Amino acid sequence: MSETSVAGAVTANAVTALGVTKRFPGVVANEDVTFEVRVGEVHALLGENGAGKTTLSNILTGLYRPDEGHLLIADREIIFESPKAAIDAGIGMVHQHFRLIPTFTVTENIILGTQPPSRRLLLDTKSAEARIVELAKQFAMPVDPRAKIWQLSVGEQQRVEILKVLYRDAQVLIMDEPTAVLTPPEAESLVRTLRSMASQGRSVIFISHKLGEVASIADRITVLRDGRSVATVEAWGSSRESLAELMVGREVTSVIRQGIGALPGAATVLSVDSLSALGDRGRPALTDVSLQVKAGEILGIAGVAGNGQRELVEVLAGLRPRTSGSIDIDGEAMERTDARHPIRMGVAYVPQDRLGTGLAPDLSIAENLILKRYRRPPISRAPFLRPSVIASEADRLMTQFDVRAPSAETPTRRLSGGNVQKVLLAREMSGAPKVLVVSSPTQGLDVGAVATVHQLLLDAAAKGVGVLLVSEDLDEVMALSDRIAVMYEGKVLACIDASEADISRIGMLMGGADLVEGQGF
Amino acid sequence: MNDNLFIVVFAAAIYYGTPLVYAALGEILAERSGVINLGVEGMILLGAVGGCWVATTVDGPAGIVLPLAVIVSMLFAAAGALIHAFLTITLRVNQIISGLALTIFAGVAGVSSYLAGLWDLGRAPIANQFGRMDLFGWGDLPVLGPILFNQTLLTYLSWLLVVLTSIYIFRTRWGLQLRAVGESPQTADSVGVAVQRSRYLHVLVGGAFAGIAGACFSLSILPTWQNGMTLGQGWIALALVIFGFWRPDLMLVGAYLFGGLSSLRYTLQARGVEIPQLFLDSLPYVMTIVVLVVVSNTAARRQLGAPAALGKPYEREER
Repeated sequence: MSETSVAGAVTANAVTALGVTKRFPGVVANEDVTFEVRVGEVHALLGENGAGKTTLSNILTGLYRPDEGHLLIADREIIFESPKAAIDAGIGMVHQHFRLIPTFTVTENIILGTQPPSRRLLLDTKSAEARIVELAKQFAMPVDPRAKIWQLSVGEQQRVEILKVLYRDAQVLIMDEPTAVLTPPEAESLVRTLRSMASQGRSVIFISHKLGEVASIADRITVLRDGRSVATVEAWGSSRESLAELMVGREVTSVIRQGIGALPGAATVLSVDSLSALGDRGRPALTDVSLQVKAGEILGIAGVAGNGQRELVEVLAGLRPRTSGSIDIDGEAMERTDARHPIRMGVAYVPQDRLGTGLAPDLSIAENLILKRYRRPPISRAPFLRPSVIASEADRLMTQFDVRAPSAETPTRRLSGGNVQKVLLAREMSGAPKVLVVSSPTQGLDVGAVATVHQLLLDAAAKGVGVLLVSEDLDEVMALSDRIAVMYEGKVLACIDASEADISRIGMLMGGADLVEGQGF
Repeated sequence: MNDNLFIVVFAAAIYYGTPLVYAALGEILAERSGVINLGVEGMILLGAVGGCWVATTVDGPAGIVLPLAVIVSMLFAAAGALIHAFLTITLRVNQIISGLALTIFAGVAGVSSYLAGLWDLGRAPIANQFGRMDLFGWGDLPVLGPILFNQTLLTYLSWLLVVLTSIYIFRTRWGLQLRAVGESPQTADSVGVAVQRSRYLHVLVGGAFAGIAGACFSLSILPTWQNGMTLGQGWIALALVIFGFWRPDLMLVGAYLFGGLSSLRYTLQARGVEIPQLFLDSLPYVMTIVVLVVVSNTAARRQLGAPAALGKPYEREER
């Protein structure tokens, strides 16, 4: 295998898809998708949400059967009857949301579903452990085979997923959005592992919608758009702009904020002082957090998911009680913890779960737009709602925020992600807030909608609203924020001016280390 | 019989705890696969009526009639479990509703009583029954002898089954797959474990175990037929599963504790201890409520070891 390991120097293909088409009632998820993955290659599948990446990976792993087209593994045509058949054919998948059982050990997770070499009645974890340690060494992925999954960091859990695939002797590894949950140093370590796999003659299919990472990790990139494979290009020499154009089908401009920020002398609209709160399981999730946001300023909160960001925004929105600390809105102390109090004080909240927490999916756009104002005139008079006012208000906001929908009566669940977010922002901004708290505002949106939402956030700041932007997308935080606070294990480790922030320092902070060269996390 | 109250109470605890052991062991298997089956009470009654029917109608030596009766008990109860499995696994009906429906369908006012009437059961104690036997010849040991080794064959069999089930769940490949299916069917499915098949299998075997519990009542404890003769022991078995943290060994301890409480009315009253009958009768049920309240109150419920996917139907995600 070693002489065929250099990508491009061989003709053998690990996987070939020819004209693969998959239809679901009413939708064509994949149409005429064609690409080939060479042996020893890292091949990226790049596309927006809904471009058909997931369907394609489900076909490759035997979960779906294509309606048309052919699938070749090692140049032999193959039809997968089940996921097991795909595993047997040497294809392994690491899902974005890990398929691991938290209460099981690393070894138990890895051997689950495999046939033991000997036909013994009882489990033989000893020899499995030995093999796992050996594999871990071969691909430079240290992990304790006896640790329980819940004791591991996300990066370590991902290693277990990869080891699970390698343990089954897979020649092709499919990874779905693997870096979404990792800190930058963890992501770098992952890239090294993938490279080492490729150099040892295995192939990697890397699914992502992030242009930058795809261009730096992959050998070649196949771009998917609207379920079709648009092009396969060499990663070397492809520019972000050209890839974005292939993905979206038109030119894309991205929003970058530079040197605006709070005016000198602007009032502090949000002041959080030594705030602490408990998480869902009753353990401390926020410890002694202090933050200030001035009018017209965007404060970005960077951090790997699960380090207290969710609890922070929930406390600010009055959805989670605090155990200690104070919150001041425009100099006025927020005393009570219920959801209505912060609204009245001028806190607008765009939650991460847009359609579930943010909007009532079965209500119309118009009804959703007035959800926070219906108690007072002019929306209502005494106990009655005023439909004509509601309708004209909906028209006004839909025009202003460019919400594209058949009518104001359309239920919000029928809208695309971008339009859902616009409705939510329109509602929140219509209350003339002092503070806008947004959580992962562009997660899952396509490139065009991302730019619109970014512009809306900048507009809000320009109007003098203090914006608290929580996002796992570090690029987004870097592009929009005036200052960046990094959260780790419920604490704010540092608050840096955006002009002085560099991605490697923030990356280290996200992993809990402060600028100590080479220190792990 | 030894006269010592201590020995009498403990021996009775094991005797009356045996059906609980079978029923809870079966429920452990079903719940470990992620299917909660509130039809235990109904399945025990189905098992009881099936066993009683064979023992009443078939003539022959006990060595043939009784094994046959137990097998029919298991089949009857497994048939009930099959209904639950089909509804919850294939049709993805809410497991709580389906289980309750099964208990109502098979219970006191349902099929078990109907069949008993149809077959004219319960006229007299059945001829062939599981009596106490000194299987190992250890019945003469001091204290332990009369407590442990003066039991019925069904009790000895339950010990074997508890040990085998423990090994199966925690030490074998199939047990690992079973636990995976109950913890995360998506994960199990993604590595090629047949989720639905595993759930069907364990719900059916769990039902068969509940059938043996029924046999304990109609072939040993009573031993005849009475409508609703289980008096809610199936519900106690459900509580025992939680009480035992879904582990057969801990469940066994709990079963004998509840068996002891259930038997107090016989043992204490026979010896003239003045405690109101109703109080004694209510003890196991009160304890069940206490256990359930304590368990559901603790924030650490997840840490107790409840299978994470318990009660959740599994369907491969479509798009």
